[in-house]
Amino acid sequence: MADAALQHHAAAGHGLAGEYEPPLFGAYSKKVGMWLFLASDSLTFGALLVAFSYNRISNPAWPTPFGKESIANATLMTACLLSSSLTMVLGVLAAKRGDKSWTRNWLLATIFFGTAFIVLHGLEWTRLIDHGMTPFGNPWAAGVPQFGGTFFTLTGMHMLHVTIGVIYLGVIALRKKFLAILAVLYIAGYFLIPADNVFHYGIHALGIGLIVAAVIVFLKPKEYDAQDVEVSGLYWHFVDLVWMFIMPLVYLMSTRI
Amino acid sequence: MGGRGSTMHDAATHDDSKGQYFWVWGALLVLTAVEVALAYNQVFQPVAMLEVLLALSVIKSALIIAYFMHLKFETAIMRWMLVIAVAGLFVIMYFFFFPDADRILRIGVK
Repeated sequence: MADAALQHHAAAGHGLAGEYEPPLFGAYSKKVGMWLFLASDSLTFGALLVAFSYNRISNPAWPTPFGKESIANATLMTACLLSSSLTMVLGVLAAKRGDKSWTRNWLLATIFFGTAFIVLHGLEWTRLIDHGMTPFGNPWAAGVPQFGGTFFTLTGMHMLHVTIGVIYLGVIALRKKFLAILAVLYIAGYFLIPADNVFHYGIHALGIGLIVAAVIVFLKPKEYDAQDVEVSGLYWHFVDLVWMFIMPLVYLMSTRI
Repeated sequence: MGGRGSTMHDAATHDDSKGQYFWVWGALLVLTAVEVALAYNQVFQPVAMLEVLLALSVIKSALIIAYFMHLKFETAIMRWMLVIAVAGLFVIMYFFFFPDADRILRIGVK
């Protein structure tokens, strides 16, 4: 039975096809599944982006709190995400070559840039909250209370996606070893981030990610192959793609120069 | 397997030269710099600025989808199914905004 499956697998074209049927879209099923998920996720972000832009354009008194420091920070965050996409695609190439060492190295570089993005974004949020911005109001335009709500929802949703992406790539790159790293980051973050900072509570996202990642790597332990790396890359590039709309719509449309 | 298998093989083993990814990365950084420069100098009024920034963002996202996400190298049916489905759903989503868009056109925005 196993031999028959292997023979079919080999005959299906260098292991790229599924084991049962030739795929409809000329791609293996995991890739089609990820594309379908990304299509649905693009509508989630599309709705949030359209809502934000509509509010922005229809309110002449829309606050413009993003000065030089914020724009420089957002530009650096963008550079981090773009660079992470480059390292990710290089990781996919290494995986296709069968070079496990460089696949891991490029994935770790991607994780580094993604983590840098989250930290920079966290600092930006903290700065805005310190200025008195909340989901229900802001100190710059009392007549436009929806600025805080739309900003935190849109950028928070994206930050959550980046965090999930970092955990996803960590599992693909290091498997069980990443659980220990994630646990250390979670515990250290909880104790090091001051209790009056919103990320003192937001860090629990890592705890939830730790549980989910542990369930996956212990219940279905496997050696992740080139297909898994490519599919995780699709998710990561999508996160980058969404930021290409958030950065101009949220930051560049509200500059205070 | 026949044609479909070989098509998939072709789609999966296109010329994966590293150089093209560095070019795309560079183009994305340059486009980002253009966006920041436009906003920093406040070249346009809000509505025109929104249109220009969105146009640049669509170009950037097309580069990411085509090269980084490899959609350019997938089979034709995969490319068209995804592009038509997502674009069509976005058009449907915009139906909700047509009444307000009409109101903005009539009343105007500042």
